Amino acid sequence: MTADKAEIARQFIETIPHSQALGMRITEIGDGTAQIEMPYDPRFIGDPETGVIHGGAVSALMDTCGGAAVMSHPRAPAGTATINLRIDYMRPATPGQTIVARAECYHITRSVAFVRATALDDDTDRPVATATGAFTVEQGTVEEGK
Amino acid sequence: MMTRPAPEPVQVVKQRRDAALSALVNGMPYVSWLGVQFDRRGDELTAVLPFHEALIGNPNLPAIHGGVTAAFLEITAMVTLNWTWLWGDVESGVLDAEEMAQGKLPRLPKTIDFTVDYLRSGLPRDAYARAFVTRSGRRYASVRAEAWQDNRDRPLAQATAHFLMPRKD
Repeated sequence: MTADKAEIARQFIETIPHSQALGMRITEIGDGTAQIEMPYDPRFIGDPETGVIHGGAVSALMDTCGGAAVMSHPRAPAGTATINLRIDYMRPATPGQTIVARAECYHITRSVAFVRATALDDDTDRPVATATGAFTVEQGTVEEGK
Repeated sequence: MMTRPAPEPVQVVKQRRDAALSALVNGMPYVSWLGVQFDRRGDELTAVLPFHEALIGNPNLPAIHGGVTAAFLEITAMVTLNWTWLWGDVESGVLDAEEMAQGKLPRLPKTIDFTVDYLRSGLPRDAYARAFVTRSGRRYASVRAEAWQDNRDRPLAQATAHFLMPRKD
């Protein structure tokens, strides 16, 4: 794994219009793992009575973080797209707190990358949500295993 | 002789249903932020997501962000479940649509899990979605949803979601 590759993945993720619109920031990336945070924003509220962020915004965060983890994997040659994603909502995120997603690409073949992810707020002992997903492995020009 | 009550004037029916739907949809800031709207034909809902630049996930193609597609289907599943679940009470007047529009909503189902399958890349144009309540029980509900763009029979993505129903105290 080269620092260049992580940098390329970081730059790519950070220029995604929708991720920018949701205020996502990459706090860690490399070797098939990524951590992305999404600060609390009243525009993303799903339940006005409680101020809890909508599940859809959490899904977008999980999806972006999963893709970033795949892109940063040493054996992922180029880009990636989500094949499928399952999200389990354990509890509502605490209003006012940043949501931090952490994803790990734990297995990769020539065609498919398998990812698991967790979303946390300040109470890191109790996850807000977990996700598992399968992502495509796009064949690029980089040599396998390099 | 049997007398049937006169049917409600059409504008009364429309106003009540539109107010109830608007309360369910526009109560969520995130839904407006994303730009999701709902088209209603009787009790049938179609979600519409007009394309805009902030929805892009891959600027090179360009394609809609997978997270947008997921959120769109999740919103469609949730609103359709709430709508189906409350329909009877809105129609009978147990729930007052005008009060709902002012934010007085009953407790609503919560998402337990959500699974999305991506079938095609999301093109930079409007998307549509419909959801179907497969089962709505006392405690849990199961909903599936489908999104498409140009052709209804060429879906962009499909999803299934489970919801925890509020306790009726």
